[in-house]
Amino acid sequence: MSTRDIVFVALFAALTAALGLFPPVTLPMVGVPITAQSMGPMLAGTIAGSRRGGAALALFVLLVCAGLPLMAGGRGGLGIVMGPGGGFVLMWPVAAFVIGVLVERSLRSLSAWKEALILVLGGVVLTYAVGIPWIAAVARIDLAKAALGSAWFLPGDAAKVVLVVLIARAVRRAYPTLQAR
Amino acid sequence: MTPYVPGDSPVHRCPPGRKILALVAAGTLLFAWPRLDLALAALAAAALLSRLAGIPVRLMLAQLRPLAWILAVLVLVQLALDGWQAGLLVAARLAALVLLAGLVTLTTRSADLIEALQGGLSWLRPLGVNPAKVGLAIALTLRFIPVLAAIAAEVREAQRARGLERSLVALTVPVVVRMLKMSDDIAAAIDARSYDPDRDSR
Repeated sequence: MSTRDIVFVALFAALTAALGLFPPVTLPMVGVPITAQSMGPMLAGTIAGSRRGGAALALFVLLVCAGLPLMAGGRGGLGIVMGPGGGFVLMWPVAAFVIGVLVERSLRSLSAWKEALILVLGGVVLTYAVGIPWIAAVARIDLAKAALGSAWFLPGDAAKVVLVVLIARAVRRAYPTLQAR
Repeated sequence: MTPYVPGDSPVHRCPPGRKILALVAAGTLLFAWPRLDLALAALAAAALLSRLAGIPVRLMLAQLRPLAWILAVLVLVQLALDGWQAGLLVAARLAALVLLAGLVTLTTRSADLIEALQGGLSWLRPLGVNPAKVGLAIALTLRFIPVLAAIAAEVREAQRARGLERSLVALTVPVVVRMLKMSDDIAAAIDARSYDPDRDSR
């Protein structure tokens, strides 16, 4: 990694941490607080790309594990990873990497719909595939209940995907950061 | 931020790397053998160690507060499904781990923690990860967080003048673009000072 790559990695790790500073938005219908933080892997993947994005989120998770209170609401420490939401957090680096690979591959013909599909695949399907069994294992409830409980986050995730598509496309237009593979 | 509580207890003097390893070991143990007596023992150990380190009870309880309602829901679900023992086990285990993790943070300076991390990552060298680069990235990340907050505040002010303060896109795009430009300048500045992560600085 070049020095520029290292600085980019640090930037997106910090961006993910800063997204935790946003006050959690509470959905009027269901009343579940949603943090902006899960937009971190999506933004890192679509703007910084696969290697830098994945490394940025890996660095973020490392810092959280080391006890720095970077998660939304000032939480941190290994307790986060070992808690019910740990599966989601551990999947963030993978999600950022996968999103980055897919975006880089189709950079030349990347419509907004295609980008949204990539984000849903990497940022939602992939993370839930690990996150839901993790909840079930940690809280010792069965898979169906864990999946049903997680379904409350889906409206928020849909909003985040739309936001990230709008943001990432505008940023890449203003300041191209990716190279097509 | 979780405050660092200065002190000279055995818990404070224990090397940070060893504390992190002990925490990982405790977590693995508690999940590998989900037994009530082990979970309660870990909870007692957390209480004992925090007493030893001289951490006020109020601060320890504050570690649990963000978790309070998750704990309550978990216990209720377990009570309804598997009886009180399973509920108690899940609650005790989660509380013990969070308290132990909090104890590490409360008794270790973050600079020491970063140094321990950088040292603990030297095994990644054969995989092509340079610990010195990771150290630089960690230091930059910690510096970037307040910078990002400051830039975000500036941009919010500028967009308020345009009546756009409620648009998340109009807030985020300028912040990210400005940070990307700044990153290029910082990278150029670091390279201009002949930064060489492959040379051991010690």
